[in-house]
Amino acid sequence: MSNLIEVYKLSKHFPVSAGLFSRKKKYVYAMDEISFTLGEKETLGLVGESGCGKSTASRTILNLITPTSGQVWFQGQNLFALKPYEKRKLRQGIQIIFQDPFGSLNPRLTVKRIVEEPLLTHKIGDRASRRQEVEKMLTKVGLLPEHMKRFPHEFSGGQRQRIMLARALILKPKLIIADEPVSALDVSVQAQMLNLLKRLQEEMDLSYIFISHDLGVIRHVSHKVAVMYLGEIVEIAPVDPLYNEPLHPYTISLLSSVPVPDPKKKNRTRKILQGDVPSPRNPPAGCRFHTRCPDCMDICTREKPDTRQVKKNHMVACHLYQDGELWVPPLPNQ
Amino acid sequence: MKSKDSKSKLIDDMFEDFLPNIHRAFEVLKDILKRPSAMAGGILLLLILLTSVLFPLVFHINPLDQDLMARFSPPVWQDGGTWKHILGTDNLGRDILSRLLYGSRVSLLVGFSAVLVASVAGIFLGLVSGYYGGKIDHFIMRIADVFMAYPFMLLTISVIAVLGPSIFNLIIVLGISDWVTYARTIRGSVLSIKTKEFVEASRAIGTPDLIIILRHVLPNVISPLIVLATLRVANIIIWESGLSFLGMGTPPPMPTWGRMLSEGREYITDAWWLVTIPGLAIMMTILSINLLGDGLRDALDPRLKNL
Repeated sequence: MSNLIEVYKLSKHFPVSAGLFSRKKKYVYAMDEISFTLGEKETLGLVGESGCGKSTASRTILNLITPTSGQVWFQGQNLFALKPYEKRKLRQGIQIIFQDPFGSLNPRLTVKRIVEEPLLTHKIGDRASRRQEVEKMLTKVGLLPEHMKRFPHEFSGGQRQRIMLARALILKPKLIIADEPVSALDVSVQAQMLNLLKRLQEEMDLSYIFISHDLGVIRHVSHKVAVMYLGEIVEIAPVDPLYNEPLHPYTISLLSSVPVPDPKKKNRTRKILQGDVPSPRNPPAGCRFHTRCPDCMDICTREKPDTRQVKKNHMVACHLYQDGELWVPPLPNQ
Repeated sequence: MKSKDSKSKLIDDMFEDFLPNIHRAFEVLKDILKRPSAMAGGILLLLILLTSVLFPLVFHINPLDQDLMARFSPPVWQDGGTWKHILGTDNLGRDILSRLLYGSRVSLLVGFSAVLVASVAGIFLGLVSGYYGGKIDHFIMRIADVFMAYPFMLLTISVIAVLGPSIFNLIIVLGISDWVTYARTIRGSVLSIKTKEFVEASRAIGTPDLIIILRHVLPNVISPLIVLATLRVANIIIWESGLSFLGMGTPPPMPTWGRMLSEGREYITDAWWLVTIPGLAIMMTILSINLLGDGLRDALDPRLKNL
């Protein structure tokens, strides 16, 4: 099966000025050699704590940030090697939904203008057909056509996310990057939104890259899950294996920290991590997780672990799993 | 051919943005009519503008005519006042009402035009500086720093001394010495707006920078500017008077509110009306502009509608 999007060793290091008289350039290692693939109508859940590079990944794939190295192939084309007009064309296929439903809509524009903007930018249709399209999209996400004339402040958080979704859908994209789309919403509204996203996935053949720190939400929507820690993907697997038998110590502790709404399971063992995430300006040598890892070995402080395929489609980067088959991400389109 | 086509498309897009705004202008007008203070300000300003334009046409007293027999004649309601000089006369026996009305033309013209020049230049440079950042930002802001560090009076005096005093030169000089305030205010707001997700969302779909600036950034940073501009009109009128006082403003016999103030200052203990009347005129003008500006700002913000 051909993949919709293939991300190959994508890195982004942000330069930071190290003071007036320092010649040495310093970097924030926001994202280091992440690779994954995503098929059509699939959802990849991207989990990790704050500052681990989830948003950097999404913005790089969107082309808002130029990567330091690596490639992104979308529908068989290298995103970073395209001419500007080809890029614009291809960009119609990738859209984003943001986290903050209050910051993502321009308060001065009507809903119609907001939803219509992608059509204007890509010069699609005339006034009447654009209007029709906006109406159609609003209905699709569960809003009413008469909402077109209103301004964003007249809507609730959930409705605003729907407006954002309508805007993302109007160009008929193949891939939607959802950057924490429900974390600002009430739980009841979250469920509605998630079900809407799932329904639209079926109706419009969408793929999602779904970024969240909420493991329950990720489990509900994803087909496969990538766990990020300090700019790297430490484990990537289909959703059930990952939740049932997590391999990487970080994933294990992450999953054990999820509250379980069952008082009988009170005595389950929890692995609580000590300390804080190290600064991405100065990531630890060897395995980046070794400073907090409960199973830290001697080798972890010295050598960076390779990514190994321990079970089918279950990749993990950890020295504990030496017997797995070494996994090198296949160069896309070769 | 292709680029021409895309250019006309670009202009179409811009119209798409502003056409609804023209439609909305009527709504804004209706909105203002609903706000008593804004409407009062609007009516007052309209009256002031109308009198300054129309009244000198029907009021046949030359503001330069000196009536030395009637020096320091008080206003009509005071002992010794006459109907001949309704608001009294000054130290040379010139009619104050006539000077006030003729003077309003110069003062208002200079005040509004200089603010227009300054705000257009300031908004443009502030938007560019804030949106693009980096070297352009540094460059523009350093120029702004130079302007701020340089004493305003010294700058205007030296420029006027070279170009010679005239109303046009005055407008230009006051305008270019005042752009910094606008540029810095705008730049600050742009810096906070451009990190908003709707700007990023628009960039993500590939909207050109010019459209993003006009559609997403400008409308969201304009509110403080409206307030600032209305306040600056007052300052400019006062500055003009200061320059006139130094002989660097409008050429001497021409009446302006500022000059009336500064000339009357010497006689403030003997003839209060010399300073009080132009002072009141300035105050009323500023008040009306401020009231209208406040109302306009609220009416333009959809979030404050129907409050």
